[in-house]
Amino acid sequence: MSSLSTRHKVELIAAGFISLFFIVIFPLLNAHGMVSDFTINLWGKYLCYALLAISVDLLWGYTGLLSLGQALFFSLGGYMMGMYLMRMIGDLGQYHKPIPDFLVFLGWTELPKFWKPFSSFPFAFSLILLLPGLLALVFGFLAFRSRIKGVYFSILTQALTYGASLMFFRNDMLMGGNNGFTDFKFILGHDLRSATTQRGLFIVTAIVLLLVYTSLRLLSHTKFGLVQRAIRDGENRVLFSGYATAHFKLFIFVIAALIASIGGALYVPQVGIINPSEMTPDKSLEAVVWCAVGGRGTLVGPIIGAISINSLKSWASRAAPDYWLVILGGLFVVVVLLLPGGIVSIPARLKSLWQRVTRQPSA
Amino acid sequence: MLKVNQLMTAGALALGALASSVHAEDTVKVGVLHSLSGTMAISETSLRDVLLFTFDEINAKGGVLGKKIEPVVVDGASNWPLFAEKAKQLLEQDKVAVTFGCWTSVSRKSVLPVYEKNNGLLFYPVQYEGQEESQNVFYTAEAVNQQATPAIDYLLKQGYTKFYLIGTDYVYPQTTNLVLLEYLLSKGVALENIGGGFKKDDSGKIISAGKYTPFGHTDYQQIVAEIKQFSAGGKTAVVSTLNGDTNVPFFKEYAAAGLTADTAPVVSFSISEDEFRGLPAKQLVGQLGCWTYFQSIKSPANKAFVARFKKWLKTTTVPGIVKEDRVTCSPMVLSYDGVYLWKAAVEKAGSFDVDKVRAALKSGLSFDGPGGKVTTQPNMHLTKNVFIGETTAKGQFKILEEFKDVYGEPWLLGKFKAK
Repeated sequence: MSSLSTRHKVELIAAGFISLFFIVIFPLLNAHGMVSDFTINLWGKYLCYALLAISVDLLWGYTGLLSLGQALFFSLGGYMMGMYLMRMIGDLGQYHKPIPDFLVFLGWTELPKFWKPFSSFPFAFSLILLLPGLLALVFGFLAFRSRIKGVYFSILTQALTYGASLMFFRNDMLMGGNNGFTDFKFILGHDLRSATTQRGLFIVTAIVLLLVYTSLRLLSHTKFGLVQRAIRDGENRVLFSGYATAHFKLFIFVIAALIASIGGALYVPQVGIINPSEMTPDKSLEAVVWCAVGGRGTLVGPIIGAISINSLKSWASRAAPDYWLVILGGLFVVVVLLLPGGIVSIPARLKSLWQRVTRQPSA
Repeated sequence: MLKVNQLMTAGALALGALASSVHAEDTVKVGVLHSLSGTMAISETSLRDVLLFTFDEINAKGGVLGKKIEPVVVDGASNWPLFAEKAKQLLEQDKVAVTFGCWTSVSRKSVLPVYEKNNGLLFYPVQYEGQEESQNVFYTAEAVNQQATPAIDYLLKQGYTKFYLIGTDYVYPQTTNLVLLEYLLSKGVALENIGGGFKKDDSGKIISAGKYTPFGHTDYQQIVAEIKQFSAGGKTAVVSTLNGDTNVPFFKEYAAAGLTADTAPVVSFSISEDEFRGLPAKQLVGQLGCWTYFQSIKSPANKAFVARFKKWLKTTTVPGIVKEDRVTCSPMVLSYDGVYLWKAAVEKAGSFDVDKVRAALKSGLSFDGPGGKVTTQPNMHLTKNVFIGETTAKGQFKILEEFKDVYGEPWLLGKFKAK
């Protein structure tokens, strides 16, 4: 027990230092020109991906539910934020009309009714939570009540996100069709093209990630967290012990959807575009890969996985544009074959290797 | 001895690094932003190839303003947020003087804010919907009046009286068909002779014309039956803005229904020579295409261009290049022309500065390209020749008609008034 608590202390201190670095020092370096605007913007994007990866891991690594639909919740959050940002363009678009460009394109002269409330940030923000939350609640309720699990759950969530992407691709949907939303100008009165706003968004993202990490850390130590892992390891036993596993799973599914959605909402103003290809099933699969590489069933794993793979992707698609997919693919193979616990398992592996080497003489 | 050797090597490496940093001052960085992986790779990789070929050709003749072109190739991976990231990288990290890139409208839209914020310059080479005129993009691309409306002119001249509009559901087909609707009405074609259906808003104004199918659609049975019925009443042509692989099931169904190029020709705006590497050309024999370049153009300039490109393909060491069965097509030639126009503009301006280069581009520079003379316009578009061609079994086009020096006009919606 005492060794566990020292491990926790180490983890706490490490987490504290890393968050201090990202929330305070990194932006300060940026403000003084030591870190480029490009770099900080890129890291903002990685941290949003980390939120998506955590939401996948919360379901897959902690509860044993492999959801291939998390990109949908991520994109829905992004779309809700995007609708607000589209309204904030005002008449500064290509056509200098008071409605979004793509609507002018489609022949609209007036704003469709469901677009109107999105001029208000509080409304958009509440929908960022409500829409994915409600969708997850209804879908999860139906799926878990029917005891859908394993590969069937994966297929269903994948179908859900695929269906949604087809819907959003349609121009009739009045959500920008294939092009989606882009060319954003302002958020809460701040110019999105300025370095200060982008730095602010980065700090907000880092704080949100820290909050999510801390609360999930606390949650995993409660009785709830214990039940959650028990469901992963043997759902029937939990069921027979008198727990309504469906309720637990539903709760986790909704929480995961909210985390993904917030990640998406922070992603869009930093990346500057949201379109339906973001909710295709392969985007969800990518997030699953981040978890696997980082180390599933841990909270740091998905963060490390999302950041390392995406920075590798950023670097390799510039340094080796013809080979980068091979490099990435090779890495996945290596991780799956040689490092099933992901990057986070490296220290423990080294330690056990060291122990084996040092014990050799006595054996 | 080994140690001395190692030292020597290290010294040589350091010298080499020094030399290359000196050398670096004699180069100018140029960005290449295309998808080399993902769904768009099949089309966009060819543009990367032709761009590298063009840079080699220019470098062999001394470069631009005495500087060799140093290409910075990045992979947009058919991923639109990644396109925006790569654009930022090219402009903010690599500080490229100019970028050649993008294929889809959505990729252009995603990088546009980046180019405007950093005052960069992007050359865009693929037919597009217009309704855009950024000061940071030079559109060597075909505007709707350099592809779609000339095709209609040709069909009208051939005596066609009924037109069926079909496309993939995204911005380019939607806008093109709205322009074509206005154009057809202005040419006296009656509304009932325009097929595919209309969508109207509450006030009765048409906001969408034509039949639309999603990306990757495969079932065209019903639509082809509708076309067959529509074509029964008079001499009919189908105007297709169907994209990519949906063309395969469409043309299969078309042939199966007994419709041919003789009974009801299809004119497609998204199928060029390069697409026939992935499409069965035999099913499309006789169907029409319309571009500002065809590989079959018989001018000496074009023959020399095709030969030089093929020779370059044989000798190039760029990894991942497909060397066999290569063709040239309009987006490739417009990329090629774009590089030479940029070079001309830089030389006229005497500087790589984007504002000065833009001013030079707007002043009307000409270049004799493989498709004939092209001339830059003050609205950042390109005057060029337009060709109508008929598909042959080899996946080439037999040229039927040529329109000389067509002015690129991006703002066409509402331009043509019904009689």
